[in-house]
Amino acid sequence: MLYPITTVHYVILSAALLLIGTIGFLTRRNIVIILMSIELILNAVNINLVAFSERFQAMEGQIFAIFVIAVAVAEAAVGLGILIALFRNRETVASDEIDLLKW
Amino acid sequence: MVSAILFYLFALMILGGAVLTITRRNAVHAALWLVVTLLGVAGVFLLRGAEFLFVVQIMLYIGGVVLLILFVIMLVNLDAEARQPRFLRQWWLAFACAVVVGAEIVYVIFQGLDAFRLAPQVTEVPVGGNTERLADVLFSEYLLPFEIASILLLVAIVGSVVMAKKRI
Repeated sequence: MLYPITTVHYVILSAALLLIGTIGFLTRRNIVIILMSIELILNAVNINLVAFSERFQAMEGQIFAIFVIAVAVAEAAVGLGILIALFRNRETVASDEIDLLKW
Repeated sequence: MVSAILFYLFALMILGGAVLTITRRNAVHAALWLVVTLLGVAGVFLLRGAEFLFVVQIMLYIGGVVLLILFVIMLVNLDAEARQPRFLRQWWLAFACAVVVGAEIVYVIFQGLDAFRLAPQVTEVPVGGNTERLADVLFSEYLLPFEIASILLLVAIVGSVVMAKKRI
């Protein structure tokens, strides 16, 4: 069960990484670490795509992984820009102290 | 056998680095553990024969995204933040939700184990290297999504500059 590495092992690894990323996203207060958790989640997706791409000898999985990386980089750039604007206005990076819209 | 040992080594790097990333108090330490996780993912790409993605992962993620995150950590002063609680007050609720989702994923994977085994492994030897085959498909069938991705990156550049500028 452990020795011949099959696609299932990669799927389980990817699921575990996705869960760790989700827990980090939902529980941390620091927005910088929430952005890092999003990167973890996107990397979990990429592991899955590459594993299945090799399994079926089809290049589409790796091409999707490239698009996922491009979107992740765009998201990180915009997210950190928003974070800087937010810090300038509110002097905080804690997600539960940013409650302007909360009644 | 060697590839199995390498797989478990990379899996340990990925999961250990990820757990340390989301639990460290200091954001710089978290970013450094994120580097370990991303290196592990790059190793998995190499194990699966995706050499181009291996290089892209190291250059773009470790060289680009983590550097950007470190810059922002230096820019926003996190010293006061480090003395406050790390987790939200509702952390147990979020944790319970994540555990439920995890149980669902594990259930689905083990329900579908037969589907993973039934499909026969493709054994035909591909022609050309990984990068060559990738470029062939990317620039013929996926040319339009490629161009759309470049527009997305342009919009992201303009957007992040506008966001971070003091007055527009």
